[in-house]
Amino acid sequence: MDYFLELFLGGLTRGSIYALIALGYTMVYGIIKLINFAHGEIYMIGAFTGLIAASVLTMAGMNQLAVIVLASILAVFYSSAYGYTIEKIAYKPLRHAPRLSALISAIGMSLFLQNYVLLAQTSDFLPFPSLIPDFDFWEPYAHIITSQELVILITTAMVMILLTFLIKFSRIGKAMRATAQDRQMAMLVGVDVNRVISVTFIIGSATAALGGILIASHVGQINFYIGFIAGIKAFVAAVLGGIGSIPGAVLGSLVLGWTESFFTGYISSDYEDVFAFLFLVLILIFRPSGILGRTDTEKV
Amino acid sequence: MFLTFPIMVIRVNTIDKVIEWRWEKMVMVGLGTFLLSFPWRYLIKKKALGEKKEELGENSTVSATQRIFKEPKVYIPSLVALSVFVIIFPFIFSLYQTNIMVNALIYVMLGLGINIVVGMAGLLDLGYVAFYAVGAYTYALLNHHFGLGFWAVLPIGAGMGAIFGILLGFPVLRLRGDYLAIVTLGFGEIIRLILENWNAFSFGPSGIANIDPPGFFGIQLSLQGVTTYIYYLMIGLTLFTIFVVRRLQDSRLGRAWVALREDEIACQAMGIDKTRTKLTAFALGATWAGMGGVVFAAKTTFINPASFTIWESIIILCIVVLGGMGSIIGVVFGSLILILLPEYLRAFSEYRMLLFGAVLVVMMVFRPEGIISNVRRTYRFEEKP
Amino acid sequence: MVQQRLIRLVVFSVIGIFLSAGLGFAADTIKLGVAGPHSGDLASYGIPTVKAAELVVKAVNAKGGVLGKKVELLVEDDVCKPEVATNTATKMVSEKADVVLGHICSGATKAALGIYRNSKIIAMSPSATNPALTQSGDYPNFFRTIASDDAQARLEVDFALDTLKLKKIAVLHDKGDYGKGLAEFAKMFLEEDKRAEVVLYEGITPGAVDYSAIVQKIKRTGAEAVIFGGYHPEASKIVSQMRKKRMKTIFISDDGVKDDTFIKVAGKYAEGVYATGPKDVSDNPMAVAANEAHKKAYGADPGAFYLNAYSAALALLNAIEKAGSTDYDALIKALQTDYVDTPLGKIRFDKKGDATGVGFSVYQVQKGAYVEIK
Repeated sequence: MDYFLELFLGGLTRGSIYALIALGYTMVYGIIKLINFAHGEIYMIGAFTGLIAASVLTMAGMNQLAVIVLASILAVFYSSAYGYTIEKIAYKPLRHAPRLSALISAIGMSLFLQNYVLLAQTSDFLPFPSLIPDFDFWEPYAHIITSQELVILITTAMVMILLTFLIKFSRIGKAMRATAQDRQMAMLVGVDVNRVISVTFIIGSATAALGGILIASHVGQINFYIGFIAGIKAFVAAVLGGIGSIPGAVLGSLVLGWTESFFTGYISSDYEDVFAFLFLVLILIFRPSGILGRTDTEKV
Repeated sequence: MFLTFPIMVIRVNTIDKVIEWRWEKMVMVGLGTFLLSFPWRYLIKKKALGEKKEELGENSTVSATQRIFKEPKVYIPSLVALSVFVIIFPFIFSLYQTNIMVNALIYVMLGLGINIVVGMAGLLDLGYVAFYAVGAYTYALLNHHFGLGFWAVLPIGAGMGAIFGILLGFPVLRLRGDYLAIVTLGFGEIIRLILENWNAFSFGPSGIANIDPPGFFGIQLSLQGVTTYIYYLMIGLTLFTIFVVRRLQDSRLGRAWVALREDEIACQAMGIDKTRTKLTAFALGATWAGMGGVVFAAKTTFINPASFTIWESIIILCIVVLGGMGSIIGVVFGSLILILLPEYLRAFSEYRMLLFGAVLVVMMVFRPEGIISNVRRTYRFEEKP
Repeated sequence: MVQQRLIRLVVFSVIGIFLSAGLGFAADTIKLGVAGPHSGDLASYGIPTVKAAELVVKAVNAKGGVLGKKVELLVEDDVCKPEVATNTATKMVSEKADVVLGHICSGATKAALGIYRNSKIIAMSPSATNPALTQSGDYPNFFRTIASDDAQARLEVDFALDTLKLKKIAVLHDKGDYGKGLAEFAKMFLEEDKRAEVVLYEGITPGAVDYSAIVQKIKRTGAEAVIFGGYHPEASKIVSQMRKKRMKTIFISDDGVKDDTFIKVAGKYAEGVYATGPKDVSDNPMAVAANEAHKKAYGADPGAFYLNAYSAALALLNAIEKAGSTDYDALIKALQTDYVDTPLGKIRFDKKGDATGVGFSVYQVQKGAYVEIK
């Protein structure tokens, strides 16, 4: 039973990380129907910024707790700024262009950011200090789930709850839902669509950055390329759960995390990705809009 | 726009238990973005104006490039000059150049193939590279186990491509737009991962080496000879592809694809069999990829799964979008630029991919239809004064 | 009118670009080609070889060159990708390289060797460890200044069984050509020798978000040690996860991990990790001199495979000198008969192309640095 529990928790952790990134994907898609390929890069930039900030602050001699908090805040801030800027440069001019062009623009942006970080920093893997210390009170359970994993889970849960509250009960949340449903109409009733889109990007980037710092703490190293792979997986997760739906993104991510974890644990780690993708295909065959997706009826 | 300023500050740090402050870089970048933002904003404004005009129906002139090509006085001699250039190419340029050109031509074929799926039928396929891999491995394995030669395997490779195309088509019939994209992406990855892990079948990551290049009536040729031979082969195949695609464009099938792309529901209402149309699109598109794969394996004589990643699919997609979706000349152009440019830009090797990414973004922002856009044959009814 | 002129301008400039790229320059020199990854994520494995070649060529030219001619470097990037490597090899051939130092990655080398063989050019690699490259006999034009993977695997297995006396071993790899090849040899040797049991044999996905599932699996099998085939990024991730989960499993790996970057990245978790690497030659006077030269010229310590590349460059140029020409058969004979002094010791090459006198030893991370275990 222990083994099952470990795999379960491992999958949960993985899923939480995917969820933090997938949230951004799904929100952006819901609003402007664009697959933001560059989103994975935001995650990576969040991790890098966190590393840089943490190093600078540690050198300046601040105590650990302050370092963690400040580094995270800075990382979130900068990633949001990046998200905002990317939207303005690469996506806004293409709002009326064919979807494929916006997609290619996103791909170009993703490439650009990857190489930008590569050139500005280094192609090597950089060690990332474990910002989250091992909690003493957790020691007896540490062999099942480490302190870092615990923090990741708690953070993701909190973010999800916060986000749901935001979307459901706040004014800006309402505006976001309206824009997602029908942009023209939202404009007509006075919603500042540009602002809403920018806010969406900012929130999405913020969660991704958070994910970046957490996973970097957990894994211990970062590299300019991590964004791409994590991005693809998170995108799969978002689609699995039904793209455009926030609970769907989280559900899809968790399902993906568990699938990978259990498959690796009980069968083989060789084919873990294959299985994840096959699973996706199967789900989509039987539920073409994802698990929680709304089947939009097309009016003729 | 000036928000980019703060970002540059942090990026100029390198850490390896040591921090370097590169203030000069920051100044450079700050200046650069500042200066760039002016022409950028100007161009965006112009573009917005252009869009407004189009909405008002004023913009009805066909683009310059199209007009040029319609003029028979320009068309015929340039075609002749191009043909001559193409034929004597291997003799005036070095082996290296020919080699690269062959590469570009393979991508032209791939681009035309994916053009059928994405450009004409509007089915976003992000896993196109899977068919490419299928073709390549078909040749490699058949050659390795049974010693079959290039010419024997070429049609087999095309056939295998078609079969896999249909296999991919079936599960995705009901999917739309972005879901389709993700599933095709998944397929591409599945094929690659299977090739990588199923050692007994595909030799896994070590790949298959010593694949025979195409023999010239049984004679083994030197490296120079083989490359030249493959070059002409590719020219022939490319012309063949262009010919077939052109015929398809004007056929019932081609028009059915365009209808599918424009509006699926109306298409169905008109009585076009959606299933058959979609499947044929996938199958035909995959056929060219299969053939391309066979040539690729024959040319590089060594293949392994690492050559068939998502990035390849993305590059092939970019070729089509950059060059102009649906237009054959655009695809040829796009492929030439996308493949030849990185080779010639080897001098800038470090900044190569960076520039590439930037170019993609800029191209899409300012010319979303691609370099040479496809002009559908329209009949305009004009009032005779 | 403007359009037509524009078109003509474009056409001419395109032709102009093609022509200028096509023309090379001819000079009477000995051309040493250097091929490997100089950009991309594996660049740190390829760039030290270029530096080694540069230093050797400088020194040799200062003494009057080879056979009275200056040596010229042709440096080309192959990003460690086989299909790019074939382009690179073709370029080398068309630019008339006399000998080639490269490539670095086994996959890329395999792709390029066919081309070099058909054009009768000798290639010597400082780092391609895939055994089949020399042992299959397919490539009589290939030589290398590093021992092959089966020797490494043999050493790892012998160490695990004889010195550490392990009974249950898990073998992992990164699904790559190098890692998987090594792991397969290790598994084969372990299965032949009945003293230990291979409790797990699996591949991990490089670049995955986390590895807790595979680490749990290792724990479940009760393995005393993990033999890992692959490179340092994955190795450090697995070791850290294992240690964080309070697992005391011994970790043994290959020369892709015996790199200082591994220690820096894994930090305190690297302590106690074993890795095989080229025999320690730090007391060889030529090695010391070569390292000093690098520090003086580039201001930093040399990177991966530097000494191997230095030795390879010396061996190649020496062979040309001894053979009296760049003739293919003469060069092969020279490489196989004459000993040449290099930072790796006195070496020459056997019939298959492997360097005699070059071996591996086991290292362990002790107090933050790799220490050779005698």
